[in-house]
Amino acid sequence: MAAHLKKRVYEEFTKVVQQQHEDLSTKKLRLTKPSKSAALHVDLCKATSPADALQYLLQFARKPVEVESVEGVVRILLEHYYKENDASVRLKIASLLGLLSKTAGFSPDCIMDDAINTLQNEKSHQVLAQLLDTLLVIGTKLTENSSVRMRLVEVACKHLTDSSHGVRNKCLQLIGCLGPVEKGVAKEVESQAAKDVQKIIGDHFNDQDPRVRTAAIKAMLQLHERGLKLQQAIYSQACKLLADDYEQVRSAAVQLIWVLSQLYPESIVPIPSSNEEIRLVDDAFGKICHMVSDGSWVVRVQAAKLLGSMQQVSSHFLEQTLDKKLMSDLRRKRTAHERAKELYSSGEFSSGRKWGDDAPKEEIDTGAVNLIESGACGAFVHGLEDEMYEVRIAAVEALCMLAQSSPSFAEKCLDFLVDMFNDEIEEVRLQSIHTMRKISNNITLREDQLDTVLAVLEDSSRDIREALHELLCCTNVSTKEGIHLALVELLKNLTKYPTDRESIWKCLKFLGSRHPTLVLPLVPELLSTHPFFDTPEPDMDDPAYIAVLVLIFNAAKSCPTMPALFSDHTFRHYAYLRDSLSHLVPPLRLPGRKLVSSPVSPSIMPHEDASQQFLHQSLERVYNLQHLDPQGVQELLEFTIRDLQRLGELQSELAGMADFTATYLQCQLLLIKALQEKLWNVAAPLYLKQNALASAAAKQILEETYKMEFMYSGVESRQVVIIHHMRLQAKALQLIVTARTTRGVEPLFGMCEKFLQEVDSFQRCFISELPHMQGSFVDKLLDLMPRLVTSKPSEVVKILQTTLRQSTFLHLPLPEELHKATANIIEPTGESDNPLRFTSGLVVALDVDATLEHVQDPQGTVKVQVLYPDGQAQIIHPKAADFRNPGPGRHRLITQVYLSHTAWTEPCQIEVRLLLAYNSNRSKASAKIPKSTWSESLEALPQSENGIEGTIPFSKPVKVYIMPKPARR
Amino acid sequence: SFSGSGAGAGQDVGRSCILVSIAGKNVMLDCGMHMGYNDDRRFPDFSYITQNGRLTDFLDCVIISHFHLDHCGALPYFSEMVGYDGPIYMTHPTKAICPILLEDYRKITVDKKGEINFFTSQMIKDCMKKVVAVHLHQTVQVDEELEIKAYYAGHVLGAAMFQIKVGCESVVYTGDYNMTPDRHLGAAWIDKCRPDLLISESTYATTIRDSKRCRERDFLKKVHETVERGGKVLIPVFALGRAQELCILLETFWERMNLKAPIYFSTGLTEKANHYYKLFITWTNQKIRKTFVQRNMFEFKHIKAFDRAFADNPGPMVVFATPGMLHAGQSLQIFKKWAGNEKNMVIMPGYCVQGTVGHKILSGQRKLEMEGRQILEVKMQVEYMSFSAHADAKGIMQLIRQAEPRNVLLVHGEAKKMEFLKQKIEQEFHVNCYMPANGETTTIFTNPSIPVDISLGLLKRETAIGLLPDVKKPQLMHGTLIMKDNSFRLVSPEQALKELGLAEHQLRFTCRVHIQDPRKEHETVLRVYNHLKGVLKDYSVQHLPDGSITVESILIQATAHSEDQGTKVLLVSWTYQDEELGSYLTSLLKKGLPPSTS
Repeated sequence: MAAHLKKRVYEEFTKVVQQQHEDLSTKKLRLTKPSKSAALHVDLCKATSPADALQYLLQFARKPVEVESVEGVVRILLEHYYKENDASVRLKIASLLGLLSKTAGFSPDCIMDDAINTLQNEKSHQVLAQLLDTLLVIGTKLTENSSVRMRLVEVACKHLTDSSHGVRNKCLQLIGCLGPVEKGVAKEVESQAAKDVQKIIGDHFNDQDPRVRTAAIKAMLQLHERGLKLQQAIYSQACKLLADDYEQVRSAAVQLIWVLSQLYPESIVPIPSSNEEIRLVDDAFGKICHMVSDGSWVVRVQAAKLLGSMQQVSSHFLEQTLDKKLMSDLRRKRTAHERAKELYSSGEFSSGRKWGDDAPKEEIDTGAVNLIESGACGAFVHGLEDEMYEVRIAAVEALCMLAQSSPSFAEKCLDFLVDMFNDEIEEVRLQSIHTMRKISNNITLREDQLDTVLAVLEDSSRDIREALHELLCCTNVSTKEGIHLALVELLKNLTKYPTDRESIWKCLKFLGSRHPTLVLPLVPELLSTHPFFDTPEPDMDDPAYIAVLVLIFNAAKSCPTMPALFSDHTFRHYAYLRDSLSHLVPPLRLPGRKLVSSPVSPSIMPHEDASQQFLHQSLERVYNLQHLDPQGVQELLEFTIRDLQRLGELQSELAGMADFTATYLQCQLLLIKALQEKLWNVAAPLYLKQNALASAAAKQILEETYKMEFMYSGVESRQVVIIHHMRLQAKALQLIVTARTTRGVEPLFGMCEKFLQEVDSFQRCFISELPHMQGSFVDKLLDLMPRLVTSKPSEVVKILQTTLRQSTFLHLPLPEELHKATANIIEPTGESDNPLRFTSGLVVALDVDATLEHVQDPQGTVKVQVLYPDGQAQIIHPKAADFRNPGPGRHRLITQVYLSHTAWTEPCQIEVRLLLAYNSNRSKASAKIPKSTWSESLEALPQSENGIEGTIPFSKPVKVYIMPKPARR
Repeated sequence: SFSGSGAGAGQDVGRSCILVSIAGKNVMLDCGMHMGYNDDRRFPDFSYITQNGRLTDFLDCVIISHFHLDHCGALPYFSEMVGYDGPIYMTHPTKAICPILLEDYRKITVDKKGEINFFTSQMIKDCMKKVVAVHLHQTVQVDEELEIKAYYAGHVLGAAMFQIKVGCESVVYTGDYNMTPDRHLGAAWIDKCRPDLLISESTYATTIRDSKRCRERDFLKKVHETVERGGKVLIPVFALGRAQELCILLETFWERMNLKAPIYFSTGLTEKANHYYKLFITWTNQKIRKTFVQRNMFEFKHIKAFDRAFADNPGPMVVFATPGMLHAGQSLQIFKKWAGNEKNMVIMPGYCVQGTVGHKILSGQRKLEMEGRQILEVKMQVEYMSFSAHADAKGIMQLIRQAEPRNVLLVHGEAKKMEFLKQKIEQEFHVNCYMPANGETTTIFTNPSIPVDISLGLLKRETAIGLLPDVKKPQLMHGTLIMKDNSFRLVSPEQALKELGLAEHQLRFTCRVHIQDPRKEHETVLRVYNHLKGVLKDYSVQHLPDGSITVESILIQATAHSEDQGTKVLLVSWTYQDEELGSYLTSLLKKGLPPSTS
């Protein structure tokens, strides 16, 4: 930022200088010269004043420099550097040096000596700091070269005594980034820097400038990150830094202490002013807890965050963080939490009528009360009550992490988490609800806690309510009253917010299946059955009644005695619900009834296996026929595709797998059809028809391959190869078709070359997979490669045609798990007959609510498309914040889409759908390439394969009725 | 040194008025009144301050920490009736709200109770004209030496802590403060200013409070339940401070839970004050500050003005009514109307003085005797909920830790409780802690550091000689200290001479060393020369043609002893700057010359 600003300042500054117009024109002439360095040289020589020179340098910095000319440019810059008297120009040159050495492909070791030399005579502190920064850039590019690193560290050590903080800062940064990490290397090189880097950095913990102190701690942390084991001796130094006057220092020191506590958790440290000793991790924990009540909120956030990851801490220390030791007038007081607990255990529910029922009881010994030194005492109580919500969120997160690792702590922190449900900031409430869900395995809610939790169900924010439903799904409730309370509150929620229907039903499903024994005694009351009288049959369409039934049926699944309590209509309703809401109502074994699903329920596993077997068998069958007559192959493929599609519909677990293979076979089928020999042999006038068919097939195959690559999660590199191979075949087909239909050879040259490049990049990307592709199209093609490169386009096409036809059908191995990305638009429903009216030219906001499954990185890939009746299409990128993540693999998009159009005479429908955007740059194939090959081949890689962007529609379109009215005048 | 004396709040809750003398400046902190008295005792004894001089001559400034009457109630009396014309400092919100409260207070005392000899409306206005408003963290220069700076204190809107600084001596006065944020205000904060004295309130010196959330939740739950049952909730409050917090609490709860029951606020004073709350958003807590762009939290959506006819409306409602102790006015009227129904509820959000209806019902009385021998049976539920915005013991300790004072002085609390806290503070921070009684003066001796200006040239020269400056070690420096016009400067000797117009004198030490050497003088000299050259390798040793030796600027001459020719006398002469080398040379020569090798 600072650099950017500086640039701006200079830009404005130099407007005055630019008046020399002739200069500019001559300069333009020079610029046409191929060598950049020469142009720069001339410019700099011509510069009459420092401001002038600065202007040239700034202009120069805006354009990229080719790798070959970097060194020359550096030489020229250095030459001017020595001549220049003005510090600001030298500063700019120094920064340019750093920039240039960053150029990819340029190895800066040749300029290192010069850069170091410049340091020696430099007087200006700013320029020195900039030069050191340049050295840091050079050093980071040459990390493998240890002698270079040593030398740079030595240089840095020499300048550590500089009087300017900026220089010392940079030196420490340099040492931190480049200092020797292995002990052995340090001994070999006999120099000053061979001294312990840690010691050198540690000495600057007491520097007079806070910025340098911060830099020193950061450098130490950097060393740690690079793998150096920090010495335990630093610990006491770091502890002193916690009391520093400056927040950056304290913040960094907290991190350092945390690092040390992770390195030496079990070492013993003495407690000052007593003879006792404690474990280092406990001591560090206490110290960091102390920082939770620091004066600066930045430090507080930092401290609260780090607390969460200190899992080795002893439990009594941990539990202290939730204990504040209340007192009133020197008498011990119980917290409201304790009182609630006591009331609960004594069987009486909160009276709260009397004034002073929280009156303190026992006297405390005044000597025993520690008001502040108690370290961990009440850290979380403070953190959760903090003024800044950032701190509160951090504290909640830390609580979550600690509670996940310690069940007893989870039990204790429950009260505090429940309290956070009433925070004033929604984010904090949401975070604490999520936290509670994450630790729900470890806890059972008491009735009074459940009461507080359930009170939040009335929250007007949909996110909060849904998070709470999720929480209730996995909560353990201790009593049947609890279940009843939950049900009542959920029903209340349902009447208040009918849109929550699905979520509430789902919640009750889990609540029922988790607590069958608690639901059992409630059944007569819930179904309002009576031992003697018949009660009226409830309305089957009432969402509340369905909710109750969902709870009961799910409980009944593991409680065989329950169905005996059902009345006749309940059974009927069961049958209905089992059919209409099969995802919510489990199959039940009902006495005397037709066993609707008995064959399914007891043997789910074997059945699954059977369908899996079926899948594999049908695939096997396809792969086995290599050389049938084309007609037979086509038929078989068609049947198999049909089978697979049906299988996917029936067996949702296998849907992804089946669809994936079906798509692949479809591609294959298309290819075979397009290549049918008969068609290619017909006379020229009939080409047209053939052409249409084949090119359409090629296009479709291409589309399908993109779908296969980007729409499925769990695709491995083995599949990616096959997909790419298929795509290559499609491209070959395209080439053949074009060759046949176009006259003249000219356009073919380019196409052939492009194709060959693609083959080349394919080979490069998947070199490791090639052995598995015996007899395939690409295998044959690569054998013929030398011939192809030299031959004419028409020959290439001929060769391609024969290879395509002769090549074998590749076996598509299936990965362990494969899921197709799907999206379902919940809102708008598309049922409304009332058009959305708005004034033309203005915008109207359309709420879109959709669930996404198995989409990786939805923030980057999912788009909303709006199609207007006039064919106009609009693609909207939802904000990252519009995506919520309710569970693994699931996402929810709740966003607003702005529509606008010119006036229409009558309402019409627009289509809204979701698109999955892809970019072949991000393809899994390129990620597969090992790093080393990357850096070498990055520039050389042909651009054709890179950067193909496109979108795949992956949801059913929804129609929305809109009506833009003409504006009233 | 300082002296702080409590003219009002020593070991007492009520009248706050503290007088601080710091480095010759006199500052009065707060000017409060006592709510419990109706005679002269309600105002601080100002005659104590000057005995019988003019206040304006004696006091350099007056600082008011916040608008509560026990901190500013005596201000018009003090400035207009006793007579003070100097500056009065307070924050902007305090300046805005303070006159409203003073006017209200005046109305009650004069118009209702009919007292005479009390300050008038005009006096309040005149008094306010003397007020200078300050911003948070703004350093205000009262005069050339005295400066004050305000820090955020929480407690009520506009409450501030003040740092008073004269030269390098400083005092921090906290006023009332709150270290835990609430629904409308943030927590008190101070930087590590290391004052010589911290004057802290200590209302809750012996209490560590439970988390605020439980109280809030209980409050909301009770209100919610009653409203759902169709009952009416009465919340008697004082117009400013807690009332706003409770309003925000209920308002957000209503918003969150989508509740429809009406909430009313009894009109008057509060409306005016609410207006100021809307204006001073920067003084509120994070949540309100962040969301006010969308909606100002004090523009209540669900809270409407109350009309006395509403009390008879059917259906649930929540009413905030003044005063807070149910002793008179609207809150009592509504209470009488609603007391008979067990569905209703009254929530007392604060402490009630003995004798008030509030106190009676809180202590469990169910039958109240009203005026006219009427017996009122209380069937409604009575709840007590403490919402108080003072720092508890832990909060006080936390503030001390943040500010790192050298001395602490506790005020505004009960003696017994302060004793406990004092002991804790001394034990844990190892600082002195004082707790003066009313009228008692505490004197604290400071160890002031005296700043000295040094010329940059000299500093650079001196640091160039030594090592890098090290924080832990004091460093020796040579220079001349000039004390002139109350300022101290350290300059180089040459400059000092020039400035003072003095001629430079040279001071030389000479010393004679006797050496037994029978040889000729010039040979002896040569031997000495060779010897010195051998020993002092780093120094320039020269043999001059006139037969003398110089080592740097030290001159050595040899003459034969007048009586004994075998003894040579070496004359060593050096200036005082070279004292170290000179004395070393002498001791070296005294040891004698090594036996000649030639």
